[in-house]
Amino acid sequence: MENEVILSVNDLRTHFFTRSGVVKAVDGISFDLRKGETLGIVGESGSGKSMTAWSILGMVPKPSGQIVSGSIVYQGEDLIQKSEQDMRDIRGSGICMVMQDPLTSLNPVFSVGNQVLESLRLEYTESKQTLRDRAVDLLSKVRIPAPETRLDAFPHQMSGGMRQRVVGAISIARSPNILIADEPTTSLDATIQLQYLRLLKDIQEQTGAAIIFITHDFGIVARMCDRVAVMYAGKIVEYAEVEQLFDNPSHPYTEALLESVPDLDVDVDTLPSIEGQPPSLDDLPDGCAFAPRCPVAFEKCSVYPGQYDIEQGHTARCWRHDGS
Amino acid sequence: MAVTDTNVLQMTSTASWRQRIKEARLPWVPLAIIILVLILGIFSELIAPFDPEASNLKARVIPPFTNGEHILGTDILGKDIFSRLVFGARTLLQVTVPAMAIAVLVGTAIGLVAGYSGRWLDAILMRITDATLGFPSILVAMLIVTLIGTGVWGVVFAVTATTWARFARMIRGEVLGTKERDFVLLAKILGVSPTTIMLRHLFPNVINTLMVMISLTIGQVILLEASLSFLGLGMKPGEPAWGIMVAEGRAQLLTVWWLALLPGIMITIVVMACNFFGDWLRDYLDPKLRRSR
Repeated sequence: MENEVILSVNDLRTHFFTRSGVVKAVDGISFDLRKGETLGIVGESGSGKSMTAWSILGMVPKPSGQIVSGSIVYQGEDLIQKSEQDMRDIRGSGICMVMQDPLTSLNPVFSVGNQVLESLRLEYTESKQTLRDRAVDLLSKVRIPAPETRLDAFPHQMSGGMRQRVVGAISIARSPNILIADEPTTSLDATIQLQYLRLLKDIQEQTGAAIIFITHDFGIVARMCDRVAVMYAGKIVEYAEVEQLFDNPSHPYTEALLESVPDLDVDVDTLPSIEGQPPSLDDLPDGCAFAPRCPVAFEKCSVYPGQYDIEQGHTARCWRHDGS
Repeated sequence: MAVTDTNVLQMTSTASWRQRIKEARLPWVPLAIIILVLILGIFSELIAPFDPEASNLKARVIPPFTNGEHILGTDILGKDIFSRLVFGARTLLQVTVPAMAIAVLVGTAIGLVAGYSGRWLDAILMRITDATLGFPSILVAMLIVTLIGTGVWGVVFAVTATTWARFARMIRGEVLGTKERDFVLLAKILGVSPTTIMLRHLFPNVINTLMVMISLTIGQVILLEASLSFLGLGMKPGEPAWGIMVAEGRAQLLTVWWLALLPGIMITIVVMACNFFGDWLRDYLDPKLRRSR
C-alpha cells in the first residue's frame, strides 16, 4: 500500500440549521485517505456517514445545511474554500460517488450508451467513434456482456445488477482518484452484491483509486476495507485498521455492533442487540453520545471523551482508554 | 418502473407500428380535422377556387349550397366564402404556429430555470408568472395589440404574452419533482453543468407534459386570435381570418346569416378537435390509464 495521503479531512463539522434547532449531522470528524486504500465508514442510519460523503463532494443540501468548520484537503487544496464552479470540475474527474440505488440513477429517456458518453465527454474531447470505443471498453470493464449492443439499450431493458454496473461504469468513466461508494449494494441480491464488490476491487486495482466505502455491514468491511471509521452520532468513535478493529474493538459501540453480527459457528437463539435508540442529532447529550446505551458507562462519561490511542493507527473515543 | 415504460420516446420496436397504432386508439376524427386544417392552410392557393380578396359584384350574397361555382356562397361584396375560409386556415396557422412556438420556448425556459434553481430566482420568476396569469388574457392581448399594432405579429406577441405563463408554471411544477430524482443527482456528482442538466436530464422528462399542454392550449390560442380579430384588434379588416369573418357577418346576422355562421362553425370544430386530441394525448401518456388498457 502506498502511503501518500490524497484526502485529508480535519475536524469537519456539517450542521443543519432547522426551525427545531441545529442538527449536528457531522460533528468534528477527521481522517486521512491514502492512495489506493479503502476506508470503510460504518455506522447506523443517521450517524452522519452519507453527510460526510456529501460534504466531501461539496453537495451539502443548501440552504439549511452548512459546513461550519474544518477542512477537506485534496491535492493540497481545501475543498471547502472552492467555488461551485471549481467543485464541478473536481466532481467526477477527481472525486466521484457511486449511488445507492441503481434502479433510479439512470435517466429513463436515454440509452445507456448516451449516459456513459455524457460522462466521457466531460473528460475527453475526442471523435465520436473514439468515445464510443471508450464507452464499450468501460462497459466491458464492469463486465457487461455484449457491450456494443448494450450501449443502445435503455435502462428499463436491463436488470438491477446490470444497471448498477452501468452506474459504476459512469462513475469511473473519468478515472477519479477517489471513489465514494454509499452503500452501493444494499438494493442488490446477495449473489450480485458479491460480484459487485469484486468488481469494485478490480476497478480499484486497475485504476489505483482510493475508495471510501460507506456501509453498515461488517461483512463487507472485512472483505473490502483496509481501514475503518466507526461513526456514531456525527462523530468517529473508533478508527483503526481492519484487523485491529476485529481483533481488538475498543469502543463499546463497536463491540456491541460486532456482537450483533451473526456467527455461523455458534448456535444462538437470539442475537444480541443494542438497547435503546440512537440519540436525536439536534439534542445530543453533553458527554459521550453513546453513554445512555452503553453497558460499561461510568460517571466520567457525562464529559465528552477525547481521542485515545489504543495502538499504532488505532484510536477510540472512550474514557476507558484514558490511561488513568 | 412506472415512468420508464410509459415514455413514448423509447417505445421498443417489439410491436409493429400497425399494431401500435391500433392499440393507441387514435382519435381519428379530431386528427383528421387537424390534418385538414393543415392542408387547407398550406395549399390554400391550390384549393381555393377564387381569390379570397376579390369581390365580384355580379355574384353578391349567394346563400351556401345554391350555386355550383360558389359552393358556400358569397358575402355582400361577392367574395367567395369557401376561398375565404380556406385562406382563413392559413391565417390561423400564421398566427398560431409562431405564437405557440414562442410561448412554449419562453415558458419552458423560464419553468426549467425557476424549477431547477429554486430559491430567490424561482420566487421572482414565479411571481411574474402569477402576475401574468392574474390578468384576463383578452385584456392583456388587447393592450399589447394597441401598443404594437394589428396584423400577424401584433397578434402573435399578444397571444405569446398571455400564454407563456401557463407553460412556465406547468413545467416548473414538473421540474420540481424531476430534479429530486437520482439520475439528476448522479449528473451533479459527475460534475455536469446546470445548463446541461436542465436540457439533457430535466427537459426530456417533461416533454410528455409539454405535449399535452400544447395540444390543450392551441384551442384557446385559436379562440383568442379569433376574439381579437372579432374585436377589430387582430388581423386587418378584410383579411381572410375567421374571427374577422364572424365580425363582418354580425351586422347581417338575420338576413345574410351564413356570413357569421360558417366561420363560426369552423372555429368551433377546430377548437374542439384540438381539445379532444389533447385529451387523448393526456390519457395516452398517463401511466395509470395505460396500465388499465
